[in-house]
Amino acid sequence: MADPAGPPPSGGTRSGRSGGNGRKGKGRAALSAGAKQERRLGWLLCAPAVLVMFAVTAYPIGYAVYLSLQRYDLRFPAQAEFVGLRNYGAVLSSPYWWDAFWVTLFVTAVSVAVELVLGMGLALVMHRTLFLRGTIRTAVLIPYGIVTVVAAFSWQYAWTPELGYLAELLPSGEAPLTEQWPALWLIILAEVWKTTPFMALLLLAGLALVPEETLKAAMVDGATPWQRFIKVMLPLMKPAILVALLFRTLDAFRIFDNIYVLTSGAHGTGSLSILGYDNLFTALNLGIGSAISVLIFLCVGIIAFTFVKLFGAAAPGAEVKR
Amino acid sequence: MVRRTRALVALTLLASALAACGGDEDSGRPTLDWYNFPDDSGALQRAADRCTEASGGRYRISYRKLPRGADGQRQQLVRRLAAEDDSMDILGLDVTWAAEFAEARWIREWTGETKRRATEGTLRVPLRTATWKDRLYAVPYNTNTQLLWYRKDLVPTPPRTWSEMLNMARGLARQGKPHYVEIQGAQYEGLTVWFNTLVNSAGGSILDPGATEPSLGPPAVRAATIMRDLADSPAADPSLPNQMEDQNRLAMESGVAAFELNYPFVYPSMKANNPRLFRHFRWAPYPRVDAGRPARPTVGGNHLAVSAHSRHPDLAFEAALCLRNRENQLTAALEGGLPPTLRALYDEPAFREAYPFSEEVLAALESGSVRPLTPAYQNVSIVISHTLSPPSAIQPEKAVGTIGEQIDEALRSEGVIP
Repeated sequence: MADPAGPPPSGGTRSGRSGGNGRKGKGRAALSAGAKQERRLGWLLCAPAVLVMFAVTAYPIGYAVYLSLQRYDLRFPAQAEFVGLRNYGAVLSSPYWWDAFWVTLFVTAVSVAVELVLGMGLALVMHRTLFLRGTIRTAVLIPYGIVTVVAAFSWQYAWTPELGYLAELLPSGEAPLTEQWPALWLIILAEVWKTTPFMALLLLAGLALVPEETLKAAMVDGATPWQRFIKVMLPLMKPAILVALLFRTLDAFRIFDNIYVLTSGAHGTGSLSILGYDNLFTALNLGIGSAISVLIFLCVGIIAFTFVKLFGAAAPGAEVKR
Repeated sequence: MVRRTRALVALTLLASALAACGGDEDSGRPTLDWYNFPDDSGALQRAADRCTEASGGRYRISYRKLPRGADGQRQQLVRRLAAEDDSMDILGLDVTWAAEFAEARWIREWTGETKRRATEGTLRVPLRTATWKDRLYAVPYNTNTQLLWYRKDLVPTPPRTWSEMLNMARGLARQGKPHYVEIQGAQYEGLTVWFNTLVNSAGGSILDPGATEPSLGPPAVRAATIMRDLADSPAADPSLPNQMEDQNRLAMESGVAAFELNYPFVYPSMKANNPRLFRHFRWAPYPRVDAGRPARPTVGGNHLAVSAHSRHPDLAFEAALCLRNRENQLTAALEGGLPPTLRALYDEPAFREAYPFSEEVLAALESGSVRPLTPAYQNVSIVISHTLSPPSAIQPEKAVGTIGEQIDEALRSEGVIP
């Protein structure tokens, strides 16, 4: 989560000011040369990072876009050809894409909503607790520290009849992971269990933004705890909440590992990422698979854009202006 | 300075590690890497050792285990082959992969003398699964097929057709006796195999002979109808839509079923797990669709192929032939429980003793059908199992129409798979 964008502090203006009391024209030329040099140094310094970023993100993205415009099936290498947007047509007209799309949207919406509520609760507890603060914070973070695949396997075993302790609680003969709705809820449960701590952590940072005096003032004015929470804390926490929501939504929209382990996408539980994976790695159809990946990328872009537009300046990096 | 020394050391280590990968290449004896399914019986390792010995120092075979699941095996092979990995020589392929790997130019064609030796005495149907566009791309290693297993205490004479079997099951249900028909109804390749067997038994096929378009037609509608009828009848196990081979085996062993369509591995398992029921456990040929036409159960199994990127193709062909020779196939059959592909072994006393049902298996293999031979088999299989799941919801005409359309798309690389 490092901020890669931070350009070198405006060295140019500073040197400009310091030279401002010298001779006019000549000074400016000399200074801008210095500024140029500094800028060049800046670019040189971040060039390695830029190159690495290009190599690991821009190139694969570009290559995926290129592949998505081809008939490129590893099994029919002789028939590779440029097909324009036909792969996109095939994907968008396929019921499987839309099934996966709605499943993904459902899982994202429900799990993020539940996580927000639970995460807020946890954050308040962590913020208010007077003793064992460190222990509690660490304990809350444990699920987040467990590798998702490992956790998913424990869930899977737990829900497998005759094997798991949770399946034992159900009437015999129930195999919840083999039916669409029970499986979807279990996927959401695994997702919520796993990432609520992350949400709580981001919200905890937001709680720290709420000045104690403001709360006390509200209390003096006779605000109930609920009013204080709704009218004072939430508005002040808005930027943190939005950051948390944005991160989690983008994350949840790309859900893969929990589903892959729990149901591998069977019984109508496949997400878009699972669809892309199956088409790339099982069907070996790089054209269709890349089209799916690019479409997921666009969806993620739209989500991020909507968040920033709808909630405006509260986007990450913008809080500074407040 | 320290840094540079360290880098040098690292480089040297790396170089020696790389050299180690090539086996004892320095001594002139190349290592052939044989990737195949993980075998717990030790039969495959034994074959590798024997062939290494038999080569007289010309090569060494190193048996490397692939993941357990077929999808995992295929993914690992495909990824490495697509990346032109030259450290794979002999590849163990599922029967359904030969066409795909051949069309992608990942495996070498068998020609001339090696082809003659690979086909000599080999069962015809398994050979067909290793052939693509009239060229041989792999040598059949072992094979498999399903039989009808039933309980003699409940069913005095085994049913000859599907309708007889369903009627018997209904009769048993009325008497309150165990009556389920155990078959693979989950949404996976087993469902495709069931459908393929029925379509072929009804005199049809899923693809046309050139594998360019779906054939299906009325036999496919009949097949889908039989599947739906079973699912709708009292013969259906309530967990049919989630059952695979192993769940079928367990259900039969637990005593709730009267019939089971499954591979021969259920026989030793019943013997070990339920000796009481084992006394009544019998087998018969796979039930027919039409009384007058023999059933054509789908043939399974494993092939050996030579990687297109192997550095020692000639040795690899030879080693593959050795790995599947008479002696090694017999070991695999006796210890690993895998039916052989050499016709002569079905007359071998040791094999017949271990496989009391060897005659029925041989007959099933000789009249068997193959799964759709096409590079797009994965898509075809997924399309079929997806459309026919759950079996109780099949609308035969409509389902066959959907399957036809989606197979057509898959063959043009346009289909999205679920």
